[in-house]
Amino acid sequence: MDNLDQLVASATADFAAATEPAKLEDAKARYLGKEGSLTALLKGLGKLPAEERKSAGAAINIAKERIESALAIRRESLRNARLEAQLATEALDVTLPGRGMPCGSLHPVTISLDRIEALFRSIGFDVADGPEIETDWHNFTALNTPENHPARSMHDTFYLQGEGGRVQDDILLRTHTSPVQIRTMLAHTGRFKHLETMPELRVICPGRVYRVDSDATHSPMFHQVEGLWVGENVSFADLKGVVADFLRRFFESDDLKVRFRPSFFPFTEPSAEIDVAFMSGALEGRWLEIAGCGMVHPNVLRFGGFDPEKYTGFAFGMGPDRLTMLRYSIPDLRLFFEGDLRFLTQFN
Amino acid sequence: MQFSESWLRSLCNPALSTDELCHLLTMAGLEVEERRAAGADFSGVVVAEVLSVEKHPDADKLKLCSVNVGESAPLQIVCGAPNVAAGMRVPCARVGAKLPGIEIRQAKVRGIESFGMLCSARELGLSEDHGGLLALAPDAVVGEDIRRHLDLDDTLITLKLTPNRADCLSLLGIARELSALTGAPLLAPEVKPVLAAVADTRQIVLDAPQSCPRYCGRIIRGVDAKAQTPEWMKRRIERSGIRAISFLVDVTNYVMLELGQPLHAFDDAELAGAIHVRLPEPGEQLLLLNGQTVTPSADTALIADDEKPLAMAGVMGGEHSGINDATRDLFLESAFFPPAAIAGKARALGFSSDASHRYERGVDFDLQRKAIERATQLIVETCGGQPGPVVEAVAEAHLPSRKPVRLRTARAAKVLGIALAAERIESILQGLGLGVERQGADFLVTPPSFRFDIEIEEDLIEEIARIYGYDNIPSQPPVARMAMMPASEQSRTAMSVRRLVAARDYHEVVTYSFVEAAWEADFSATRANGAAPIVLANPIASQMGVMRSTLIGGLVGTLVANRKRQTERVRIFELGRCFRCEPGAGPVAGFAQPLRLAGLAAGLALPEQWGAPGSRVDFYDVKADVEALFAPRCMEFVKASHPALHPGRCADVVLDGRSVGVVGELHPRWVQKYELGTAPVVFELELNEVLAARFPVYVEVSRFPAVVRDLALVVPQSQNLAPLLAGLRAAAPAIVRDVALFDVYHGKGLAESEKSLAFRIVMQDTQRTLEDAEVEEVIAGLLAVATRDFNASLRT
Repeated sequence: MDNLDQLVASATADFAAATEPAKLEDAKARYLGKEGSLTALLKGLGKLPAEERKSAGAAINIAKERIESALAIRRESLRNARLEAQLATEALDVTLPGRGMPCGSLHPVTISLDRIEALFRSIGFDVADGPEIETDWHNFTALNTPENHPARSMHDTFYLQGEGGRVQDDILLRTHTSPVQIRTMLAHTGRFKHLETMPELRVICPGRVYRVDSDATHSPMFHQVEGLWVGENVSFADLKGVVADFLRRFFESDDLKVRFRPSFFPFTEPSAEIDVAFMSGALEGRWLEIAGCGMVHPNVLRFGGFDPEKYTGFAFGMGPDRLTMLRYSIPDLRLFFEGDLRFLTQFN
Repeated sequence: MQFSESWLRSLCNPALSTDELCHLLTMAGLEVEERRAAGADFSGVVVAEVLSVEKHPDADKLKLCSVNVGESAPLQIVCGAPNVAAGMRVPCARVGAKLPGIEIRQAKVRGIESFGMLCSARELGLSEDHGGLLALAPDAVVGEDIRRHLDLDDTLITLKLTPNRADCLSLLGIARELSALTGAPLLAPEVKPVLAAVADTRQIVLDAPQSCPRYCGRIIRGVDAKAQTPEWMKRRIERSGIRAISFLVDVTNYVMLELGQPLHAFDDAELAGAIHVRLPEPGEQLLLLNGQTVTPSADTALIADDEKPLAMAGVMGGEHSGINDATRDLFLESAFFPPAAIAGKARALGFSSDASHRYERGVDFDLQRKAIERATQLIVETCGGQPGPVVEAVAEAHLPSRKPVRLRTARAAKVLGIALAAERIESILQGLGLGVERQGADFLVTPPSFRFDIEIEEDLIEEIARIYGYDNIPSQPPVARMAMMPASEQSRTAMSVRRLVAARDYHEVVTYSFVEAAWEADFSATRANGAAPIVLANPIASQMGVMRSTLIGGLVGTLVANRKRQTERVRIFELGRCFRCEPGAGPVAGFAQPLRLAGLAAGLALPEQWGAPGSRVDFYDVKADVEALFAPRCMEFVKASHPALHPGRCADVVLDGRSVGVVGELHPRWVQKYELGTAPVVFELELNEVLAARFPVYVEVSRFPAVVRDLALVVPQSQNLAPLLAGLRAAAPAIVRDVALFDVYHGKGLAESEKSLAFRIVMQDTQRTLEDAEVEEVIAGLLAVATRDFNASLRT
């Protein structure tokens, strides 16, 4: 049956010669169509003697399968060629910039406040807020700083103008976030006073504060974060542990040196200043004053509704502006308040 | 408080280097703020006597000096100083000496050998004085190293004292502290009473004993007011930052620095009769030493004689009763004024004095007699004079009390978190000079008269911690009973809202809460509604004088500043408080202080880029930002008027019937005034409303196909969308899932007065497939409503 082999060879050659799908289909018809040569062979089987018919039929069918297989391969190859051509024409300049709206940014101090909140939340601190126009009582008196206390001269305070242009001396712009301590303690003790032992109060209070001061390291408006933990067994050793842990996590520096140095605030006793020293970078080895803290003064606990004999607590206050400056090596505090987009867009 | 280290070491001299000393003081709460060397770094300079001076043979201005430096043979030195003269004692840098910047060698000066250099103060880095050689005392020991002679290896130390540590406003106080910290002995100066040489006295009358419970006074006759202050005393007070003036003034300052007791010297010839400490007569005036004429407040104590006021007690002396070069007889005052009587008095007059600074923090009320004796002793030693007896007036009842304070060892352990042995506590307290009575594990502690900061148990606990060392208290992770904190899904945090705004291409700014009055007038709806501005009594600058009632001013100001820096496209937001007077508002009565969120967009809607239209940001861009902030809650936008905004391009943001903010284009008037070129679009929202979040409610999802039909309606140009859309939605039956606008058209094919609004209507049932007939019925029904109620027709 050499002629069958020739037929297959001829069909395969015709298919290969067809460079377009239509021509391939024409070639197919020549072999497998109604008038096709292979179809003719099949039709001719009936004329063969019965004993030859079976083996001849099998041979023709094998040839037919071979031609169909060659056709399928060629069809696939033509499809692939077409796709390749299409892909080639569709190629883009992938180096052109993406289209649409870019992303804005958070203020660098906001980024710090967010991190500070997250770190303190992770050990069970809540976040509280308070008014910025504040009463003298909350800002000073309840914080154990009575009228004419020398500590008042540490804070240059903004006052409001009252009726007839006079100074309204019982209302001021808060000079620190510490008054939120008082408000938070009063709310807490008001809520839980019926219990024999009140739950612990753990809170941080971030916000804007105001002092009459302005230069490269002082702004008349700046940020503070106050922290407060009151409970039955809160000690100075706990204060050291929490603050040192926070500072190392905030600066992501396990070898950050932290020291506590005796100081004075009317609302804490004992009181301390907190200094840190970095072990690398431009400020390596220098002690930098970073926060104030101490054990809450018994008078302040009393103003807040706690019995200082039963409850003790610690409080700290730090400047997120300064923390942010140190973290990102920002040289001038005023950059935070000038709204220069060339500066702000560095933090998205 | 600035002082000289060598003075301190004369009173207490522990075996510590200067570094160690400073660290110790800092870690004990006496923070060393600054330290600097008393003299420059130099060596090889000695005291020399100029034996003879001759002219240099070859130079007019140079002289040839023979100088005795304490060796057998004099040195020949060429010198150009104008004041060089035989007999004077001067610093001489010998061959091999190292001065700031130069090393002295043997050299020929105009042909003559010179074996050293005679020095000016500037050449030794002591001052800027280069007018001539530094003249030393005539009795200076020839050959002595100048560093030793002038005590130049001294360090000037400045302490940043906290207001509770008035007891350390003297050398004696710091030495006492140092002794407690190190155990090194305290070498207090010996003060013996100076016997009276004359009987003259002035009577002292305490008319206001609450303001002055103790007053010591003494006359000293026949002093030499022109006497020179001894070098050692001058050096000590100058190294404490106080200028030497004249001996009598210097000696009062010296005793104040040494012991902590402010003294005042009156010219006795100016006094008439008794000395009174009294409150002022109404309207009484006094001319102070600083030239200021004051009318003291009714609670300000005055020192007066029988006729006139002399001084403001504890603050400053009067101009007419002070000492001067002609003073022969003086009256010396050493008094105790309690802190409450002095606090704030100097500050109210706009100054501070060394005396008021000490009195308002607390001066040892047992020190007055000792201090007046000490001063008398120094005066008589230096400028002669015959002292009278000390007259002391005391009102015991008004002296501060020193009540014993109970200290429990167990309480100290609870507060500090470490257990200290009672013995250790006892020795710490005794070392500080406190009166300690042990009662089992507890103590009864009586503070001394020089400590004004020990009133309660915690004050003592701080003293223990301070001396024990804060560094020695462990830093421990706390142990606590924990409970989870509530976190409602029906509210968001301010931080998440900030992120949402930043994600829409706004940059966060922080602007001042006090603003220009003009911004308030231009941009504030609160002000436009007639509310009074909240004005600062003491603003830091006139353009920061009013508390803001809107965030818009700060945003416009930031836009202006960025435009000046050539940034054209500006998209910024701020989250902060606004302030307004409002009766009944709280928590501070009468002031509403809501947090607000405001944004501003100016310039191109999208940053300049290929393939996107370069259109300017407009009302609808920013409206979409506002909608995104509240999504999925739906708000209404109601045409509104606002002083900051374009009256035709401004809307109130209304949520559940409440106005929660405003969005609109800046009014053209302000665009012009602030030179903005094109109008920015701004929004300002009440943060509380933005923070509220909708709790999701499940709605059944249909398995049946949705049918979508479009309906294009031609309506009058003036027809606003909202009422039409509301009408369609109200008329739609339950199978209508959504009616949404998808196109607005105005132009060819329509009359000038018309526009076309195209709606997409989505219909679906959860139970069955909809039939064509009912779909057509719905569309026909909606069209009928639009035609009837809104004068609309179907666009064909």
